[in-house]
Amino acid sequence: MKHYHVIEKDTPNVDGFAKVTGQAVYTFDMTMPGMLYGKILRSPHPHARIISIDTSKAESLPGVKAVITAKETGERRQGAWRRYQELCDEPVLCLEKVRYIGDPVAAVAAIDEDIAMEALDLIEVEYEPLPAVFDPLESIQEGAPQLHDEVENNINVTRHIEWGDADKGFEEADFIREDEFILPAQSHVPLETHGSLASFDGGTNRLTLWTSTQTPYYVQCLLAEAMDLRENEVTVIKPHCGSGFGGKNELFADQFCAGYLARKTGRPVKIVYTREEEFTCARRRTPIHYYLKIGAKRDGTFVAKEARAFSDGGAYTSMGATLLYLTGWFSAFPYCYPNYRYDGYKVFTNKSPSSSMRGYGGIQANFCGESQIEMLAADMGLDPVEIRKKNAMYPNYEVPGQATIASCGLPEGLEKIGEYIKERGELPEDHGIGLACYGFNSGGIFNWFNTPYAFSGAEVRINIDGMVDVYSLAADIGQGADTTMCMIAAEELGVHLDDIRMHSGDTSICPSDLGAWASRETLMMGNAVKMAAADAKRQLFEVAASKMSANIVYDLEAGDRRIYLRDRPERGLSYYDVVKDAIRAKEGSLIVGRGHYTPHGKGMISPAFSFGVQAIEVKVDRETGYVKIMNAFTAHDCGQVINPMAVRGQVEGSIMMAAGYAYSEEMLYSEGEVLNPNLVDYSLIGFRDMPSAVTVDCPTHEPEGPFGAKEVGEGITCPTAGALANAVYHAVGVRITDPPLTPEKILMALKKKETQEKSPK
Amino acid sequence: MKRELKITVNGDLYELYVDPGMLLVEVLRDRLGLTGTKRGCNSMSCGVCTVILDGKAVKSCTILALQANGKNVTTIEGMANGSKLHPIQQSFIDHWAFQCGFCTSGQIMAAKALLDENPNPTREEIKHTMNGHLCRCTGYNMIIEAILDAANRLQEEVK
Repeated sequence: MKHYHVIEKDTPNVDGFAKVTGQAVYTFDMTMPGMLYGKILRSPHPHARIISIDTSKAESLPGVKAVITAKETGERRQGAWRRYQELCDEPVLCLEKVRYIGDPVAAVAAIDEDIAMEALDLIEVEYEPLPAVFDPLESIQEGAPQLHDEVENNINVTRHIEWGDADKGFEEADFIREDEFILPAQSHVPLETHGSLASFDGGTNRLTLWTSTQTPYYVQCLLAEAMDLRENEVTVIKPHCGSGFGGKNELFADQFCAGYLARKTGRPVKIVYTREEEFTCARRRTPIHYYLKIGAKRDGTFVAKEARAFSDGGAYTSMGATLLYLTGWFSAFPYCYPNYRYDGYKVFTNKSPSSSMRGYGGIQANFCGESQIEMLAADMGLDPVEIRKKNAMYPNYEVPGQATIASCGLPEGLEKIGEYIKERGELPEDHGIGLACYGFNSGGIFNWFNTPYAFSGAEVRINIDGMVDVYSLAADIGQGADTTMCMIAAEELGVHLDDIRMHSGDTSICPSDLGAWASRETLMMGNAVKMAAADAKRQLFEVAASKMSANIVYDLEAGDRRIYLRDRPERGLSYYDVVKDAIRAKEGSLIVGRGHYTPHGKGMISPAFSFGVQAIEVKVDRETGYVKIMNAFTAHDCGQVINPMAVRGQVEGSIMMAAGYAYSEEMLYSEGEVLNPNLVDYSLIGFRDMPSAVTVDCPTHEPEGPFGAKEVGEGITCPTAGALANAVYHAVGVRITDPPLTPEKILMALKKKETQEKSPK
Repeated sequence: MKRELKITVNGDLYELYVDPGMLLVEVLRDRLGLTGTKRGCNSMSCGVCTVILDGKAVKSCTILALQANGKNVTTIEGMANGSKLHPIQQSFIDHWAFQCGFCTSGQIMAAKALLDENPNPTREEIKHTMNGHLCRCTGYNMIIEAILDAANRLQEEVK
């Protein structure tokens, strides 16, 4: 068993002091001398043609410094799927048409916020309202309103995944189930809303944008394109970020409007979304109409699965195109299906674009899949744990033609869950335990962004006093990426955490990284940082070996600020002395190490997968229909744990967010308008409703991960909703297939059940 | 017509002229530069703007600045003594009781008001009192543990 000096130990956040003292500066807090305040005018119609825009009254309002419309931004369209230009379909500012309530039409910059708001009222836009469509199944019908002229039947993207022969598989099945599910939207609700501060230097034609983002590199590239600048004429800086959860992955209106307005006025411009804008004009979790068919042999072995998904994609492609693939992939996860067929359709609707959100495609697939497996087990009279054990993925399992699963702690997780359920024994009345298995990507091997750079790059510089500067664009949005990277660098170099100084989130000084999505930072940036640290360490070892005149058969090791012989650890040198000598030996040049990581030879999906099982116990109140989660027990495999307390934070935060998806959070719509765009009417899980959570590790060693580590941030969001629906079924015998499981739905289902039971057979 | 506001914040007396419609959070952030206090909802439902006004935790986005005239306000910037952290702040660090940190100032101020009033709260009392303070990152349990630990630390200090 390897002994580690830094990783594997509870390690407080490296930004902790700043965050508990209020000193941490977020984009939201920033001001600059001469700064103007920007506001965005948005469409009040779900679908309309723009006839004319008159900005003259707004422009003549005292205090207004600039107004921009599509006259400035032109016909440019933007999007993150840069490999396919036709999918970059979002106008920077709307030119001819608006396609959802909230589509940006114009923006103003003024000397204060009140004047900016007043100016918005003075912009006269004449619209010709068009028929609109809000449901994906209606949107694909012949004669439905068309959102984009060039896209027939509003079918934005289609995806097909297939292996084996699903039809043949179903022929061999003894039991078959077909079910339909409807999955809802969910709002990310980052407590810091989207916001940006732009400053333009007319002398050098360079723009600096401080922004609340989880993908500084994407914003840099997309903003440069949107403003006709060279990529490196744009510097994007991510200050402390008040979370993202997938909602800050793309280029947003605050970013390009602030940029344009700063260039036009020559003054810094700040734009912050209101909470209402955050709910109505940012992104949302993708709603999906799901059809699932599963076939099993009499002993419970799965022989075939088929899935069809119609996603309510909203008005533009956004990152929802990736989701369409992922939800198909996750519909066959984390079980062994010899035969599988998936067809997905991303459909335009007149609503804000649905896009990436924590658990990206997995949470939807998991709810449906785990509900159906539970129903199948009930049909067949099989135990819910046993049927899962029979079909669970295992180490080195190959998903036919898709990917190889290397490490996999799922079988062990199922053992632990089985024991837990046995220990729990007989439950009180109206209590139920439901299960769900899950697995998730540790980063995606997708390059729809078409980056020519490594997926993750890092640089390590060692100064004369031994202080190590780490440069990484890994986006710490609260998950603790900076702390994780510091720990990985310290472990590899054999120094302490306070020898590390982190530089992240600035595109002008940090090597590339694609950002915090697909749960990729620990594995991908972790590998790049580890490699950079190893490169620097090798240079120290050259000097140390020569100083120690060690026999060539000995290997060197670094740990606890010493460099020593692995097999004779008492023989060694101080790290600090070696650094001084190494820099002298290089004629005073710093020790620099570089690392980069792009997955190779790992298929087309992900270099590694996390796994786990969750058991949710609920109590259902038959009078009110209210579900209370009593506790959540999770057996989780994220490979080698780097920072146990950060892992726990990810697990419990995921449970909170996924429980909201399961029973309390609901975006209510009427004719494309969000009816509850505030935190009073959109209900997050609070202190009182959060259950106690117990998590046990199923440790594995992932060969592709840094020190064997895998993801933990997203996969754990996937099981909670399905497990909760299964628990409700076991508690009171009703099956709900369209979360959230609100009291209303549960009461109606209970009533229906009661009526059926009373009616003569 | 602006009105005079005399307000003591973190022990310092400020004399300002403010619009009657100005909120306490706006005075703190925009006039005094105390940006540790955040704004998240403007509807009294998230709690990230919580400060302590004459000993009570209040949501500063729903209080007019003039309502605080002549009163004492403590914000997150008033918690540490130089670089020595208040025990609640230290507990939050030690328990990973924050992630993005945007709600943290509000959580800590609410916890301070809670512990000032009830130095030895139960888990249930903490859940009940803190319920109006949203956190989208942590799942709350680690905040509860930080507050329980802070209560112990504060009692140790008294001994």
